[in-house]
Amino acid sequence: MNNHEPLIHIAKRDGMVWWRAWLVRLAAAIAALLVCALFIYGLTKLNPVKVYAAMWQGAFGSARRSWITVRDATILLCIGVGLAPAFMMRFWNVGAEGQVLMGGCATAAVLIYAGRALSTPMLLLIGGAASIAAGVLWGVIPAIFKARWNTNETLFTLMMNYIAIQITCFLVAKWENPKGSNSVGIINQQTQAGWFPAIFGQQYMMNVIIVLALTVGMYLYLKYTKHGYEISVVGESENTARYAGISVKRVIIRTMALSGAVCGLSGFVAVAGASHTISTSTAGGRGFTAIIVAWMAKFNTFVMILIAFLLVFLEKGAIQIASQFKLNDYASEVVTGIILFFLLGSEFFIQYTVHFRSHGHKKEVQA
Amino acid sequence: MTQLISLLTSAIVFGTVILYGSLGEILTEKSGNLNLGVPGIMYLGGIAGLAAAFFYEMHAAEPVGAVGLVLSFLAAILASMLGGLIYAFLTITLRANQNVTGLTLTIFGAGLANLFGGSLNALAGGVGQISVAVTSRAYRAYIPALAGLGLPGQLLFSFGFMAYLAIVIALIANWFLNRSRVGLNLRAVGEDPATADAAGINVTRYKYLATCVGAGISGLGGLYYAMDYIKGTWSTDGTIEALGWLAVALVIFATWKPARAIWSAYLFGVLYWAYNYIAGLSRASIELFKMLPYVVTIIVLVAVSMRRSREAQPPKSLGLSYFREER
Repeated sequence: MNNHEPLIHIAKRDGMVWWRAWLVRLAAAIAALLVCALFIYGLTKLNPVKVYAAMWQGAFGSARRSWITVRDATILLCIGVGLAPAFMMRFWNVGAEGQVLMGGCATAAVLIYAGRALSTPMLLLIGGAASIAAGVLWGVIPAIFKARWNTNETLFTLMMNYIAIQITCFLVAKWENPKGSNSVGIINQQTQAGWFPAIFGQQYMMNVIIVLALTVGMYLYLKYTKHGYEISVVGESENTARYAGISVKRVIIRTMALSGAVCGLSGFVAVAGASHTISTSTAGGRGFTAIIVAWMAKFNTFVMILIAFLLVFLEKGAIQIASQFKLNDYASEVVTGIILFFLLGSEFFIQYTVHFRSHGHKKEVQA
Repeated sequence: MTQLISLLTSAIVFGTVILYGSLGEILTEKSGNLNLGVPGIMYLGGIAGLAAAFFYEMHAAEPVGAVGLVLSFLAAILASMLGGLIYAFLTITLRANQNVTGLTLTIFGAGLANLFGGSLNALAGGVGQISVAVTSRAYRAYIPALAGLGLPGQLLFSFGFMAYLAIVIALIANWFLNRSRVGLNLRAVGEDPATADAAGINVTRYKYLATCVGAGISGLGGLYYAMDYIKGTWSTDGTIEALGWLAVALVIFATWKPARAIWSAYLFGVLYWAYNYIAGLSRASIELFKMLPYVVTIIVLVAVSMRRSREAQPPKSLGLSYFREER
């Protein structure tokens, strides 16, 4: 018996059965909700169960509220889907916020300048293409430097966000309507030119269709195509990829172009399909939240649907309790933060096993 | 001339906020932890300091500025170190991804601070915005005799004590990272934790300490912002978040060197406020001006990676968790 055996021994698991992994995550989520309940109780002295009921009301209390929850979740999901290929390549694209804003600005420009001249289908086509181009531009610049000079992409894409934010502020000041309001207002409010048309009588149905198509498409692309395979090899090890004859530079640039394109398209959906205006809150931090969505879903775009809905549900619910109990909306960010901390921490127990030193006989090492 | 002086003084005040933020982050990153929670930590520091001063001023019959100052200073450090501890526990012990954990910390910190900043007064039964005039005055106190010495007096002596404390911390950090054994060990941990581990350095302890102490320093930026920059009030306009990201940018601009961060911070201040002193700018072009600090940061980042100069590189293991069994 080795006397120097440490008190705690941590070992990597070979893998956990999927349902056990999900049980761990569920336990983490429940623990997080308990902590949130304590927090809410401490702040408001209200029965947490009633508070959670109020949250449900806020997110799904009426058809209209449900659709707004769906609308916001689809945009978050869309950005997450855009980030998936980059993250799978271990390219830290934290620039989604900027890519979304640039896509949104491009869409708004098309709607504003061509709103009278073109029909809605043409506007949507051109707006979509413009948003993709803008997103690609914003995504590819850091990728080129990463591929050519190994410039740190986390920091580069992070800075690109703020340039995009200032460009958005610049455009808002330029397009402001009415003058002096410092906002663009609703674009084409009378004509609704370039707005997503209602499908089956539902205003946001087209958003859902576009984003679901992207979700399925990205899943297939990453899992079953040669490109997807190349991305995962580069993500695992660039040297292996090079040895296998994969052009790492090309894969990096191509994948970031795709990632930027989908993020740019999220901006298109957000502007033409949801808010019909442009401001920095078109992205409003969702570019950052989506990073968490994409990471926690382990690049599986279907799991992203679940996480995106969970986060938007929390946001809407917390806004509801905030207005009912006269707090401010930021309660939602606190609740979101707590839940994410727990979910992030729970991954450890899925990846690793922990053994405590036992007296007498040594515990068998679990597989 | 008066214009130039007022530009420089506002640049120094602005620079001090982000100098704190980036000094803490330099220390953290030197241990290999890329903490994107800096804005959140600055928020935590700001609101904790403000809340401590608020409760003190509310309960004391005759609040004394110096007491409020000490209380809020300690509260700010404590709260931001706790923020750092959350990050450290998740990334070091539980090996969660650093970027995602940092971003979550930013969401959490911003939410908590704005929740309390916006409603603290209402929760305590008051009306209107929170304000801690007495404590804030203590933070902004300077020696009038020195500040009155004409031009140099105004440029050098017209600030609250925290502006000078930031420089002192920067110089100490510079000495620590380049001259002290512990500092060199810390850098070894950030460059190559496996080698440092083999050399007998306790990697986990170094990472924890660097992250928590770094967070404590970053949090002072939020405190300075709340107490000095906006004079003991709170605003939920998201400025601290923008400044927090500028602090992250400043780390890159200063190429991870605390002494360089001092003048770089003031330069960022000049770049940020320059639009105020250029006649005839429209509101739209002012917005374009405000992107200058980020643009120059990207230029530095690219230039550093192209030159491949060893002195200016990010710590080699930056952003990676260390797990001994995975060497």
